[in-house]
Amino acid sequence: MSKEWPLWEVFIRSKQGLNHKHVGSLRAADAKMAIENARDVYTRRSEGISIWVVESNSVHANDPADADAYFEPSDTKIYRHPTFYDVPDGVKHM
Amino acid sequence: METYTMSNFNNEELEKRFQEKIDKEIKIEPNDWMPDAYRKNLIRQISQHAHSEVVGMLPEGNWITRAPNLRRKAVLLAKVQDEAGHGLYLYSACETLGADREQTIDDMHDGKAKYSSIFNYPAVTWADMGAIGWLVDGAAIMNQVALCRTSYGPYARAMVKICKEESFHQRQGFEILTTLCKGTEQQKAMAQDALNRFWWPSLMMFGPSDSDSPHSAQSIKWKIKRFTNDELRQQFVDAAAPQADILGLTIPDANLKWNEARQHYDFSEINWDEFWQVLEGNGPCNKERIAARKAAKENGQWVREAATTYAEKRALRKTA
Repeated sequence: MSKEWPLWEVFIRSKQGLNHKHVGSLRAADAKMAIENARDVYTRRSEGISIWVVESNSVHANDPADADAYFEPSDTKIYRHPTFYDVPDGVKHM
Repeated sequence: METYTMSNFNNEELEKRFQEKIDKEIKIEPNDWMPDAYRKNLIRQISQHAHSEVVGMLPEGNWITRAPNLRRKAVLLAKVQDEAGHGLYLYSACETLGADREQTIDDMHDGKAKYSSIFNYPAVTWADMGAIGWLVDGAAIMNQVALCRTSYGPYARAMVKICKEESFHQRQGFEILTTLCKGTEQQKAMAQDALNRFWWPSLMMFGPSDSDSPHSAQSIKWKIKRFTNDELRQQFVDAAAPQADILGLTIPDANLKWNEARQHYDFSEINWDEFWQVLEGNGPCNKERIAARKAAKENGQWVREAATTYAEKRALRKTA
């Protein structure tokens, strides 16, 4: 048997103006086939108007085991949020 | 990005369909057909917007080490950090149109591309950090809220993210001024002085008057802009005037007053000569700003080279 087809991650834009969102993955011999298969699998009920496919081994990610420490620095920076500031009574449009 | 096309219409038909989409409020996305002039106009506007975010870090960065306390310092640092991020989102949106990021930056350095004229004014006192947050970010937000509905998808999405993040910028500026205005006579005078210097340049941020704005009509038709420069400027004055009253400060315009019939504030004509002078490169800080940006690029060159070399080494080690 020939080698296994690569895995592809599928991203769908549900309508113009919105981001493509990751919806799942599939196997296909090449990008063209991956897009066609994604259409057949992931947009059967008009879920999308645009498809991106990316080979799964092109996706790099942070180590989930370290996630707590990795994202901790932003937890203490409450001054990045507007609710941190006192706005005097009567001030509008701010 | 590689695309697989299925249709082939002539230009006239494509342009008709393009305008129909715009009229129906359907966003244009990177791989969609678009007129060359639409693409060029967007690259110009988005890259200028990106440059403004980046150059905008300079007047405030100048005060980080001299903020009056640790809280103010952390806040100012967070704000400047946001501006860098906003520059990045915008350069990325620009790249979806096929623009080359480094080229657009070099165009600014060579004076071929502009950035917001406001950043050519110096920030000389701590109160300026307040005035910049309140007025400059206030004006930018006014403009950017409108751009959340711009017709180009990646630009609109970047704007949504930027507006959400920027909501604290104006508040922190207003808070600085509130504190100064409740302080000593001298502190309040410092706040008034900052308002005196930043009021008119802030109104100029909305660009030339509609009658002198060469790109405006087409930009409105393509829904790149949703409001004209003068409409946004009026909105800004209407929002800021009562805010100045609450601070107990006086806006430096003898003609500023509420017009009951128009339901808007009237205000004096802008000194357009000053506007064009600053835009042409003759403002108080134009040369300093460009020199700082060029120096940042040149002095950072070895860091980028080192990172590339390190990445190559790591890739080699992996394959070895």
